[in-house]
Amino acid sequence: MGDFSWVLVGLIDAISLAVIFLFGCIGETINEKAGNLNLGIPGVMCIGAAGGAVGALVYMKTIYKVLPIDIDAISFSFGSLVSYILLMLFVIIFVTIFAGLSGLLFSFLTTSLKANQNVTGLALTTFGAGFADFIMGLIRTTENKPLFTIASKIIRFHLPFNEAALGQAGMLLLGNGLFVYLCFALAIVVFLVLNKTRIGLSVRAIGENPATADAAGINTDKYKYFATMIGCAIAGFGGFFYTMSHVGGTWENSATLQGLGWMVLALVIFTVWNPLLAIVGSVIFGFLMSLPYVIPGIGFVEMELIKILPYAVTIIVLIFTSILGKKNVLPPGSLGVNYFREER
Amino acid sequence: MKKTVEKEISVRFENITKTFGSVIANEDITFDVYKGEILSLLGENGSGKTTLMNMLSGIYFPDEGQIYVNGEKVTIASPMDAFRLKIGMVHQHFKLIDVFSCLENIVLGIKDKEKADMRKAAVAVNEICNKYGFELNLAKKVYELSVSEKQTLEIIKVLYRDAEILILDEPTAVLTPLEIRNLFTVLKNMRKDGKTIIIITHKLNEVMEISDRVAILRKGQYIDTVKTSETNENKLTEMMVGKKTTLNIDRTEPVNVQDRLLVEHLNLRNMDGTKVVNDVSFIARSGEILGIAGIAGSGQRELLEAIAGLKPGYRGNVIFNRPKKNLPVSFFHKTYAQVVNMAKNGAFHYEDGTPVSFDGMSPKKIKDLVNSEKVLFNEDEVYNLRNLNPRKIRELGVRLSFVPEDRLGMGLVGNMDLVDNMMLRSYRKGKGSKLNRKKPEALADEIVKELDVVTPNIHTPVRKLSGGNVQKVLVGREIASSPKVLMAAYPVRGLDINSSYLIYNLLNKEKEEGSAVIFVGEDLDVLLALCDRILVMCQGQVTGIVDARTTTKEEVGLLMTSTEKEEEVKENA
Repeated sequence: MGDFSWVLVGLIDAISLAVIFLFGCIGETINEKAGNLNLGIPGVMCIGAAGGAVGALVYMKTIYKVLPIDIDAISFSFGSLVSYILLMLFVIIFVTIFAGLSGLLFSFLTTSLKANQNVTGLALTTFGAGFADFIMGLIRTTENKPLFTIASKIIRFHLPFNEAALGQAGMLLLGNGLFVYLCFALAIVVFLVLNKTRIGLSVRAIGENPATADAAGINTDKYKYFATMIGCAIAGFGGFFYTMSHVGGTWENSATLQGLGWMVLALVIFTVWNPLLAIVGSVIFGFLMSLPYVIPGIGFVEMELIKILPYAVTIIVLIFTSILGKKNVLPPGSLGVNYFREER
Repeated sequence: MKKTVEKEISVRFENITKTFGSVIANEDITFDVYKGEILSLLGENGSGKTTLMNMLSGIYFPDEGQIYVNGEKVTIASPMDAFRLKIGMVHQHFKLIDVFSCLENIVLGIKDKEKADMRKAAVAVNEICNKYGFELNLAKKVYELSVSEKQTLEIIKVLYRDAEILILDEPTAVLTPLEIRNLFTVLKNMRKDGKTIIIITHKLNEVMEISDRVAILRKGQYIDTVKTSETNENKLTEMMVGKKTTLNIDRTEPVNVQDRLLVEHLNLRNMDGTKVVNDVSFIARSGEILGIAGIAGSGQRELLEAIAGLKPGYRGNVIFNRPKKNLPVSFFHKTYAQVVNMAKNGAFHYEDGTPVSFDGMSPKKIKDLVNSEKVLFNEDEVYNLRNLNPRKIRELGVRLSFVPEDRLGMGLVGNMDLVDNMMLRSYRKGKGSKLNRKKPEALADEIVKELDVVTPNIHTPVRKLSGGNVQKVLVGREIASSPKVLMAAYPVRGLDINSSYLIYNLLNKEKEEGSAVIFVGEDLDVLLALCDRILVMCQGQVTGIVDARTTTKEEVGLLMTSTEKEEEVKENA
């Protein structure tokens, strides 16, 4: 038996990546379940990242000055708790507004103006990336940079366990920031809403066959708007988590995040539009992504080969779902098609 | 006795007008529907029946006019408004979500929390089923249902929403005779319950059987409403078509009949492995129209697609036979190189029987010799189409003109204009890389003129034409290349009577010019009047080939359902 401790290290890294994927994947799944093939997700995630950064900065410049948190202290005072909660609220509100508005833009173009979804999505990706780079360049001045690092530490804050006692495996389960748990919980909630509620039934009906949903008395436009906005808001948290947690409050440019965004689109297919499977899928993707950096003594070629794995796995899943052709693992019936009631 | 009771008006249309772009679908329509009656809305395809009913069910919104329900002015802006007024519509193309269960489809879109509760809904739906005698497994997914089950589900869906006014759009089009009878029983029960039923149809015998009154539309205009008991099929036809129809199919005796296409033991499975064409053998002859009858989905479509090379992987043979023996060789179907090559293999002879050899001749001499028609074939040309791709098959002169529900799907490209659609058949011809549009333009012009295609000009995208005109363009193009075998599947589906007869006459003309015509039709009367022989299919099998001149509708109808009956017996036993 060789030494497999790197697996655990890989998994810790994988969880962090998985959260980015999972937020994006849940968001895109909601989009696609309502029939909107939103290729703008990478851009939406970038916009979410910008929103989160703005939110964190506003917090640092206002609340933090009054109620600072000493993250290294073991005890956690009431003041710090209030401050912590306020930071969470700030970023949640800002990410939701930024990313949600990008969803509104997408819906307005595709649902109201009936613009082609693919084109709109690609445009949104380009726009979102540029927008994020612009905002980040604007707010990440030399004096602000340390503030992001502090905010990132608070966001990654977890209850002060005895790391030695828990061990690496224990830390893997318990030593994560709040958003990690929020994300996994959200996947379950979204699954339940989509599959067990009337709202979910209506959303899925629209994605399968909007004419039928319309004839059944469902306001298809309203649902499409809301599904896209909520989906995009959720996906935005993926981008936020990337900058403010995964890379510790830094920002080079939007390229890496965009790349992760494209993988999200693959992940949605990989997990056959099921948020529960998305939990597993995102961890697998995250693990495969972190593998090249944690396997000891690996060469350059092997490293690049392993990096391909997530995409290869997606293609294999596509092949299998297509061959099996079972109706419940196929994409929503009218995915990517705009609906116009009086069309003949 | 009922006549003495003052009839209550359920729905009133007043001066309803609806246009789509420049097309007037409904023009100034005014009439009443009474409570507790079955009203047939009769009209040809494109007469605006569905459009009118879609306005009642909230899919479309009228441009002008007013709808009254139970005496009150109403605005129906969406299907939700229609539900509130207890109006429910069963659409011709079912509005069901395939991947949902029956129950999920039923509660879909219901706002009331009580009613949308799945468990309570299951109980209530079962009550409805018992009341009207429906049988349906509510847990089944829609894609597992048969067509008639889907329709049952649609009706239950409407009933579960407490609809008092039911609209059924061509409900019998996809049903077998037995299923139609069951449906009519259900409708009569509903009438007993005091529900108002509007049934859209163009089948006159059904109109006579089921309805109390008939409202007739023609080309978007309201003609009249008559009591069913006071009219007959002829009068209705006259009102529907507008003039005394002298539409006869002029069937000529087949001349110069030769075996052209021999289909031997053709077997075909579809994607999921079920047999759709089961050991089919027949011969299509030149100068003859072979009709194919059968309930929709009995394998007719797949059979033709297999012959046309669109379904590779079938078993059996399709032998294409072109009699050539002792006929002169020409360059019409062959290139110069092919002719020289064939001569080397001894395929030709002179009129006196001596074999042809082009050895030592100059190309010009060879051409002159061939053009002088002194070089004759030794043998008939026989090909097995099974191993050929669609392009090769077309080059041999086998044409498939195909009209599935989406007529723009396989034959024409909707976004391209008439000229470009003509070129889909000829773009390989000509030299150089630049497209030559002259010939296709001429052809498009000719088709528009000869077949009375209604189009602003030949550069209009075909998707903007009406169904009938699209069909004319398609059939016109296929015929223009004078095919040896012309296969037409449902070529008149969705066409009005006049256009239909135009298509029939075109097929007849092809027959007279020596093509072997294969015609898949729905209307048995037409099949009997148009074809020379009729092949009847049932569940992928040939249940009989009958002489169209001597057979009866009953005989064909029986053959259409023959295997079905055997199976029913087996199930019962």
